[in-house]
Amino acid sequence: MSEIEHPKPGIDWETRAYWEGAKRHELILQRCSSCAAIQHRPRALCVSCFADTIEYFRASGRGSVYSYTITHQNQSPGFRNATPYVLAWVELEEGVRLLSNIVGCSPDKVRIGMPIEVDFADIDGEVAIPRFRPR
Amino acid sequence: MSISPKTVIAGAYEHPTRWAPDKTPWQIMAESARGALNDCGLELSDVDGLFTAGIEIGSMAVMQLAEYLNLKPRYLDGTNLGGSSFVAHVAHASAAIHAGLCSVALITYGSTAASNAMAIGTGGGSGQDAASGMISPYGLTTVGGYALCAQRHMEMYGTRSEDLAEIAVTTRRHAGLNPAAKMRTPITIDDVLSSRIISTPLHLLDCCITSDGGGALIITSAERAHDLKQKPVSVLGSGEAIWHPQIGNADLLELAAAQSGEQAFRQSGITPSEIDFCTIYDSFTITVLMTLENLGFCKAGEGASFVRDGRIGLGGELPINPDGGGLSSNHPGMRGVFLVIEAVRQLRGDCKGRQVDDARLGLVHGTGGLLSAFHSGATLILGNET
Repeated sequence: MSEIEHPKPGIDWETRAYWEGAKRHELILQRCSSCAAIQHRPRALCVSCFADTIEYFRASGRGSVYSYTITHQNQSPGFRNATPYVLAWVELEEGVRLLSNIVGCSPDKVRIGMPIEVDFADIDGEVAIPRFRPR
Repeated sequence: MSISPKTVIAGAYEHPTRWAPDKTPWQIMAESARGALNDCGLELSDVDGLFTAGIEIGSMAVMQLAEYLNLKPRYLDGTNLGGSSFVAHVAHASAAIHAGLCSVALITYGSTAASNAMAIGTGGGSGQDAASGMISPYGLTTVGGYALCAQRHMEMYGTRSEDLAEIAVTTRRHAGLNPAAKMRTPITIDDVLSSRIISTPLHLLDCCITSDGGGALIITSAERAHDLKQKPVSVLGSGEAIWHPQIGNADLLELAAAQSGEQAFRQSGITPSEIDFCTIYDSFTITVLMTLENLGFCKAGEGASFVRDGRIGLGGELPINPDGGGLSSNHPGMRGVFLVIEAVRQLRGDCKGRQVDDARLGLVHGTGGLLSAFHSGATLILGNET
């Protein structure tokens, strides 16, 4: 078993601020200055009130495991040698959920509700992937 | 009120193949179309509405299919909601017929998913997603998407692997009664629990099989169906929905079925207790359990006790997937068309050896996409009284 070799994400202008933040090891979310809604994934406009008034802010990076699965079979590149690995829905303190991996502990120690914090994996100095570890 | 008591499923055909390295998807679609037309006594030249969707056949599949069949339909629908597409197509075809936009609709599907070694359930890949960059770094597999729901369900409601296994065991028993089913050897709860883990908490035998295959349906007006060969099956209600928990606070345990089912029941004026049997997309055992809850057959969290004690088996209160489903009969990539075909056969009383007693009302529910990432649901309520 080896570490996941995260495939590099496709990045477009709507997600660039998120990935530039990740490269600085900051987890970036969007907030609408008109209606105060927080949203993820990044979009060009607010899908709560449909305004263009999107702002970016640095999230706490703290949250808990909403659900998880220990993946034992995945033949795709980057993952086939990394099983078993933990795929999880993470609930951030800011209220949004995102899909990620739980690292830094044995997969069988992961539990729903477990407190976690963001942890970045640098790839080739180009991009960093937000994952989460127990806190 | 039903969407239209005037539209019926007049013809249905399931292609017998489960392994077809010598066929193309187009050929399987065409052979299935021929089967469904023969079933009801119509000709290819009668078809003026054409519906299809697929994974390996391209984004303009419905145009290519028309070209393959040398058809010039006046109504075309290539709606692709994943595996539930063909369930939605039945509702779309009914609406189109009701509106006078076509008179004989052909819905057909064909796939060589197994012989092309396409990754569906347990295979790799990053799954389908609307924001691939947000998901692709993390190794989401198809089974992983459903496993995330299963784990949450177990945490919230105490659902056990044994409860999910009950669904696999019952479905395999049904497959044993269907000569066309691919996997017919009986299995036990222990067999499921001791099969290898694919993505916790789901085992190999919690997952659908892969096969080649195809099928077709003919939808027309009750008036047109009157002098055709088969007893028509009425479309009494329908609904469709898309669910996406990536944004907002959508719960992983709430499915599109809650919305599509509510509409189908409301349109038909029928309640869950009146339904005689269901065909429910069984990509994984958890899909069936959560769909039953979301359709209102039991409350959220009660799915585990609902599927116990033979309730969902033939002879039980609500038989599910009498043909053996995707868990045991066939699963060529997208399975929605077979859910409708089996419901039609049951409502005609044609299912020797696996016939639901006195089957008059059936519910069909298809799920497409990935349960925990984004997914579609399409529901039909069908009846055999016109």
